[in-house]
Amino acid sequence: MKQEKDPEFVKFTGIEKRFGKVLAVKRMDLEIPEGSLVTLLGPSGCGKTTLLRMLAGLESPTRGDIYIKGRRMNDTPIHKRNLGMIFQNYALFPHKTIFDNVAFGLKYRNISKSVIKDKVEKALETVRLPGVGERMPSQLSGGQQQRIALARAIVIEPDVLLMDEPLSALDENLREDMRREIDNLQQALGVTTIFVTHDQREALSMSDKVVVMKDGFIQQEGTPEEVYNNSINHFVADFLGHSNFINSVVKEKTGDFLSVTLEDDHTFFAVPAGVLNTGDKAEIVIRAQKFKLGYRTDHVPEEGMNVFFGKIVDRSYMGGEVSYFIELDNKLVLHAINFVKRSPYRRGDEVFMKVAPEHCRLLKL
Amino acid sequence: MKKVISGWSLIKLYTLLVYIWMFTPIIAVILLAFNPQQFGSFPMEGVSFKWFIKLSHNSTILDAFKNSLVLGSFTAVLSTAFGVPAAMAFIRYDFRGKEFLNTLLIAPIMVPEVVLGVALLLFIRWLQQPKSFTLLLIGHVVLTLPYVLLIVQARLVGIKKEYEEAALSLGANPFQTFMEITFPLLAPAILAGMLFSFTISFDDVTATLFWATARNQTVPVKIFGMLRNSISPEINALGAVMIVLTVSIPLLAGFVSRRFVRGRHKT
Repeated sequence: MKQEKDPEFVKFTGIEKRFGKVLAVKRMDLEIPEGSLVTLLGPSGCGKTTLLRMLAGLESPTRGDIYIKGRRMNDTPIHKRNLGMIFQNYALFPHKTIFDNVAFGLKYRNISKSVIKDKVEKALETVRLPGVGERMPSQLSGGQQQRIALARAIVIEPDVLLMDEPLSALDENLREDMRREIDNLQQALGVTTIFVTHDQREALSMSDKVVVMKDGFIQQEGTPEEVYNNSINHFVADFLGHSNFINSVVKEKTGDFLSVTLEDDHTFFAVPAGVLNTGDKAEIVIRAQKFKLGYRTDHVPEEGMNVFFGKIVDRSYMGGEVSYFIELDNKLVLHAINFVKRSPYRRGDEVFMKVAPEHCRLLKL
Repeated sequence: MKKVISGWSLIKLYTLLVYIWMFTPIIAVILLAFNPQQFGSFPMEGVSFKWFIKLSHNSTILDAFKNSLVLGSFTAVLSTAFGVPAAMAFIRYDFRGKEFLNTLLIAPIMVPEVVLGVALLLFIRWLQQPKSFTLLLIGHVVLTLPYVLLIVQARLVGIKKEYEEAALSLGANPFQTFMEITFPLLAPAILAGMLFSFTISFDDVTATLFWATARNQTVPVKIFGMLRNSISPEINALGAVMIVLTVSIPLLAGFVSRRFVRGRHKT
């Protein structure tokens, strides 16, 4: 019998945190559904770590309430909250063996020695490191240490798993493996997880829900697809992926799209995000990947397609893709990323770049 | 090339001279302690333990020795008992006047001992209390507390806060966290602080001269008194014993703690 998942398993209401004169988190409301993996994403200083630490009980909120499983947690000390925490620097106890590290939380839970032994061994198997119990943390690699930290956190069967930039201390290659491992483990255990990161790739690839934060405010929350494809403001569109921003003025509704006028009187078609009226100033957002490039001389006009003409001023090869910077005839510089073709464009090549209206979103300014 | 080599040789020679200048008096004291003659002069005429034997029968010296040991031990324990929680507070918590309080506790290092000695004495007079062992102990704790504070604080900065936070998140209460995590990681610094306190208390002359009564004289104060009357070779023997003690205790402690650490890291 499967019980209904609680959509408000973790809940923040009107939460606020002040450090001296600085408001790190401002009047924030957030709900986290049971069993989901939610990422708090944002640049450093956006309040994401502070929010996590308030949930952990390592900081107390200046205002507002925190609920876990419907119980108000504000006055519950950290050691009674039943949380698993993963830190950026692993934080394995350096003077204890791996076994004692993993068994640490079980000691305070009235469990017999033999059961503890079984649970620890099972946890070590779960993170694919069986048989390292006798070793000291310093004898393991960074990735292994983080997996032990994971074992130590899940062995106590926490209500919520909190991860504070758990991958940022690892090597680039290892990071991807570890990310997948956390993702798989989270799904297998079904434990509600809050993951703090400044890395959009981590956030987009593993989350059920992404919460984009800036300056202590939530900018946007939604599934990875929602926040990436339907970014609701300049910050989110700029922070996620590579976006181009072009200023324009709304002209009229044309079929499914809005036609807008660019600063050089060019007419352009785009999809409005929100309500826009004739004469409103708006910003066109175009992902760098959505442009299709071609030699200027090969250009054939197409009905309803947006086109720019310009010259490649910079390019950088990135393996599977090439990143181009194109200076338009009106001196505006746009960024385009294309898959590598047989012969990539060179600096100085005269090109056109076309983009379908459905890939151009209009944000009200 | 040749010039470089001669430069290094000069530095080596200079270093050697500094060492000779530093250690000759100490070596002289130890050597003369074995000199059978009343008045020490080189070359020595034979080796004898007679001053050590005489020393071991000198009851006032033995009393002073006992005083020093008791005083040093109590000082070490009390300084650590005050110093460790204070260091924890200064490093792990934020409160008003933290910097000021910290400076205040470290201050005895910067104040000349004579001033400290007179000040505490005047304070006791003002309270109309007699000089006593308690006074001496308080004085020595004031003198040694800064060292405990500095050593333990330095180590605490190196112990990541995350260790404690991880322990708390796993369900250990703050006291259990201290006993299981902070204390074991802090132990070498606590031990070092205790030894520093003991050694400083054991060696102190200036301030102790002001605070000691006839009944609780320490070894250094006793030596000072003996020197005023006559120069006895017994003092050399006593000096040798003190040198051996003050050098060997920290070395031994270092050795023990290293063994302790290595034992834990065995697989």
